[in-house]
Amino acid sequence: MSEGTSVPFGPQHPVLPEPIQLRISLEDENVVQALPALGYVHRGIEKAGELNDFQQNVFLVERVCGICSSIHALAYCLAVEAVLGLEAPKRASYLRVVWMELHRIHSHLLYLGLLAEAFGFESLFMEFWRVRERVMDLLEMTAGNRVIISVCTIGGVRRDIDAEQARAIREELPKLRDEARRLVDSLLSDYTVRQRTVGKGTIPAALALELGAVGPTLRGSGVAQDMRMAGYAAYGELEFRPVTFPDGDTYSRTAVRAEEVFQSIDLVLAALDNLPEGDLKVGFKGRPEGAALARVEAPRGELIYMVVGNGTKNLERMRVRVPTYANIPALLTVLPGCEFADVPVVTLSIDPCISCTER
Amino acid sequence: MNLIQKARMKSPWILHFNAGSCNGCDIEILSCLTPVYDIERFGAVNVGNPKHADVLLVTGPVNRRNERVLRNLYDQMLDPKIVVAVGTCASSGGVFQNCYNCMGGVDKVIPVDVYVPGCAAKPETIIEGLILGLEKLAKMPSKPKKGAQPAEART
Ligand code: SF4
Repeated sequence: MSEGTSVPFGPQHPVLPEPIQLRISLEDENVVQALPALGYVHRGIEKAGELNDFQQNVFLVERVCGICSSIHALAYCLAVEAVLGLEAPKRASYLRVVWMELHRIHSHLLYLGLLAEAFGFESLFMEFWRVRERVMDLLEMTAGNRVIISVCTIGGVRRDIDAEQARAIREELPKLRDEARRLVDSLLSDYTVRQRTVGKGTIPAALALELGAVGPTLRGSGVAQDMRMAGYAAYGELEFRPVTFPDGDTYSRTAVRAEEVFQSIDLVLAALDNLPEGDLKVGFKGRPEGAALARVEAPRGELIYMVVGNGTKNLERMRVRVPTYANIPALLTVLPGCEFADVPVVTLSIDPCISCTER
Repeated sequence: MNLIQKARMKSPWILHFNAGSCNGCDIEILSCLTPVYDIERFGAVNVGNPKHADVLLVTGPVNRRNERVLRNLYDQMLDPKIVVAVGTCASSGGVFQNCYNCMGGVDKVIPVDVYVPGCAAKPETIIEGLILGLEKLAKMPSKPKKGAQPAEART
């Protein structure tokens, strides 16, 4: 390695909501190497998943990551349901879609706000978070809590959305769409924003595939891959086409997330329109025996849960593969060559979730 | 109450540290800063520098790796200061009871003044915790007692 300057970026840094450290070697203003130092958020959840009762685990896996919490719960429930041979009732599948998409909207708006803050666009940050509160209110109204909503359970969902709540959602989402549309337009067409994002941290499609990137990071490189295409829960019955942008830079990744906000709004409305009547959950007896894998699309990309049961109330093994883990190699490949001032923005552009990655 | 104490009450600067939380409480702290909850009306601003901060908001159960960072941040803050543990897992370990790498709460590492319950703690609760902390801060002497060790000398 050359004689350069080494700069620690993190673990406590104003841009990062989470502690991760990147040890960055610089030559003049250019990054030549970026090495992550991990472990600041490692708690040992996979092991704890073997010590808890498999039904308690639903609440534990929601706390793997607070931003996409209910999606973790869904993935875990789908995996355990596959082991137990259950199928959630139709109504539960549709309700799951509603909550998962509401969660995705809040996560993407959060990302767009944080990105604006990363290059110092403070007022846009505030605006995105103000709009996001509309979704948080909907989550609180339907699920009783704002962030960790605990709606999924093994065999179905724990709560219902009644007609009045559905009406409130239908009224609120179009307003949210209008406000978000205005903000997204000003974010994506702003000259300064384009200067900070276009052509920064470009991941070509071939490289993204080779390094196994997932989610908006991959779709921002023009590859149409989204686990929702596999049709878990009720996605198979709703119209759905993945959003892609071709350039692979920070701008494309941001644009993918911005468009997905609107797509998610449409999905919520479609799911509510087609909401069938029926039970909320199916009962079950017995304990999981055997192994199963569930793959779902979290806001940051493909999330995989594997559970292995041995016929007791404790699981033999619970394995979580989270999207950020798959995206970090791509990030580390594109950071060298960037200017130092772009490191926060490019790092943020994969929307890293460290508490997922380290569990 | 002298002038310095009064000024401190009207502009408590906040340092936020994530000690291994799930992010749930962290995004709620950020929500507090944004227009709907807007703790800036109490003069509170989020700063990145421990030496400027009066209030340390900690989330997460604290693990063996960030324990040292947390202690460092606490020691670098100037007296008087208060520590607010945000969220159930910062208060007691909460849902992470069975996790091998968790210390089970912020008070295992540094003294805590206010515990904010909730998983995730709601912005309203966080604001109330902050106000309670400020009431405590108001009663603290603005100068350290004679003969008290400066923060840097403690280990
Ligand atoms: S209290 Fe709950 S929501 Fe808050 S950080 Fe801990 S686990 Fe996450």
